[in-house]
Amino acid sequence: MRRLDRTTAVLAGALLVLLAMGPVLPKWAVFLVTVALAKALVVLGLLVLMRAGLVSFGQGLYFALGGYAAGMAAQALGVGDAVPMLLLGTVVAAGAAGLLGLLLARYRTIFFAMLSLAFSMILYGLLVKSSALGSTDGFNVAPRTVAGLAMGRGGIYALAVVCSFAAALGLHHLFGSHLGRLAPAIRDNELRVEYMGASVRNVVHLYLVLAAALAGLGGGITALAVGHIDPEMAYWTTSGEFVFVAIFGGTGSPVAPFLASLLYELIRSYAYEYSPNTWQMVVGVSMLLVILFLPGGLWSAFARRRRAA
Amino acid sequence: MGDLLAVVVDGLIYSSWLFVIAAGLTIIYGVMRILNMAHGSLYALGAYAAASLAGAWMRGGRPPFGTYLMLVAAALLVGLVMGPLIERGLLRFAYGRDEIVMVLVTYALFLILEDVIKLIWGVESYFVTEPYQLLGTVDLGPLSYPVYSGALVLAAVAVGLGLRWGIYGTRYGKLLVAVIHDREMASSLGVDVRTVFLVTFTLGTTLAALGGALTAPTVSVVPGMGVEVIVLAFAVVVVGGMGSMQGALLGSLIVGLVRSAAVHYLPQVELFSIYLVMALVLAFRPRGLFVAPEARKI
Repeated sequence: MRRLDRTTAVLAGALLVLLAMGPVLPKWAVFLVTVALAKALVVLGLLVLMRAGLVSFGQGLYFALGGYAAGMAAQALGVGDAVPMLLLGTVVAAGAAGLLGLLLARYRTIFFAMLSLAFSMILYGLLVKSSALGSTDGFNVAPRTVAGLAMGRGGIYALAVVCSFAAALGLHHLFGSHLGRLAPAIRDNELRVEYMGASVRNVVHLYLVLAAALAGLGGGITALAVGHIDPEMAYWTTSGEFVFVAIFGGTGSPVAPFLASLLYELIRSYAYEYSPNTWQMVVGVSMLLVILFLPGGLWSAFARRRRAA
Repeated sequence: MGDLLAVVVDGLIYSSWLFVIAAGLTIIYGVMRILNMAHGSLYALGAYAAASLAGAWMRGGRPPFGTYLMLVAAALLVGLVMGPLIERGLLRFAYGRDEIVMVLVTYALFLILEDVIKLIWGVESYFVTEPYQLLGTVDLGPLSYPVYSGALVLAAVAVGLGLRWGIYGTRYGKLLVAVIHDREMASSLGVDVRTVFLVTFTLGTTLAALGGALTAPTVSVVPGMGVEVIVLAFAVVVVGGMGSMQGALLGSLIVGLVRSAAVHYLPQVELFSIYLVMALVLAFRPRGLFVAPEARKI
């Protein structure tokens, strides 16, 4: 019988609090939290890769695929419910990674970053030029129901909270499992992992698919929450933002991306509100401070204090 | 036939522009192992500085031919101020960290510089038309080209030859090559890597700014102009091989010609043709066309 560990308890608590807060929160906060959670899912996927030493500068590819697949489900297939839309987005993104992973799984360091960037920019180029999908303007996405119930924005919020809980809990167990523990080993020394009998390429391929599925899910939720998708989702600055949030939070725990993402959305919204011309600077400076003074991300400061106490 | 000529001429003009920028990016990566995401912002800074200096020059009622000098002065100003400022003031604190961490440091720098530009110059667009208009146009068969574009190609050739001489023909350049090949060994043999880094980063910054300054007369200088440039420059150095000067040359030619062919024959694929080439090269020669595979270190 496994005892309830601290991360599981924190996640379960967060789930209950967020669900309970749903009806009370003002509209803007519901939107902000939904988007923050959706992006945190993408970052959670990046975490899977970063634990193995891989930094993708192209998660925007899967993010956009998830969003567009969800949107297409509504527009072309006439799907009106949010759940199948998200499922389709996740599956399409994972499928794309399954295919691209055949190639990507062989790459490391800067070459991995560059190849993933190239792939996402190819998708961007395709989306911008495809007039059927609205070219640079994209198109609107409006689900009619959430899991059969007509709940509108609040429903999407609840969906985002539940998905985030499930994903974080799943990854928490993955990180403790055999498959998850191979990641730091791959980062440290691939050759030794091979000697021990594991196939580095297969493991990395699996991580890629997992990260892409999470990015696709995040893209789908973003599309539903914002109600609109455009090619900007695949642009390199979007991918850069995900990497930024990942570094901001650190790779220490599956909870870190959610805290970092919420904090990031708050900083960004406030900075944008009060000084629209310098919000990027605020974000850039806070990023530099974290990189230079907290190499393990915000989570490391948190974890250190807890250990000291 | 006229079509093919247009493709080649357009491609060469585009390639020269790319080369000046990519040369700066690749030399910084080669020597310092920093893939500088802020390179595009430095390019934009160069363009803005050129617009301001040339504008000030014209307002002073001075002879319009002086604006060419102003373009070069703008590049030198941005390079000599921003290069040492960024290298000494920020980058050196992150040396020794992972290559990916350096990418993120420069990504943060990119975000900061984008806003610095907006703070200094606002969000309106700037124009410097004098250098472009003064030279007029020239007829190449059925097509008419601005002479300024030809001057751009010559400038790129001059930059290329200058770099070639600087790297292979001078003592300092040879030290640079030594650092590119093996930083630790060069350092242990007495090469002052600190100074080499400072000089390299300043040189790379100046090249980015020069690319921007030379482009300023042909476009409207607007916020966000550096965002697209940086991924294009990435594509060039990845195709050629990161850190290789010959690679930057070959990469710019390939990317420039592919883009111009796409624009002329299949405009729908213009944007992604470049990244398709980048992905293809990475798929078959991960380290680019000009760099030998590295021996695996255990």
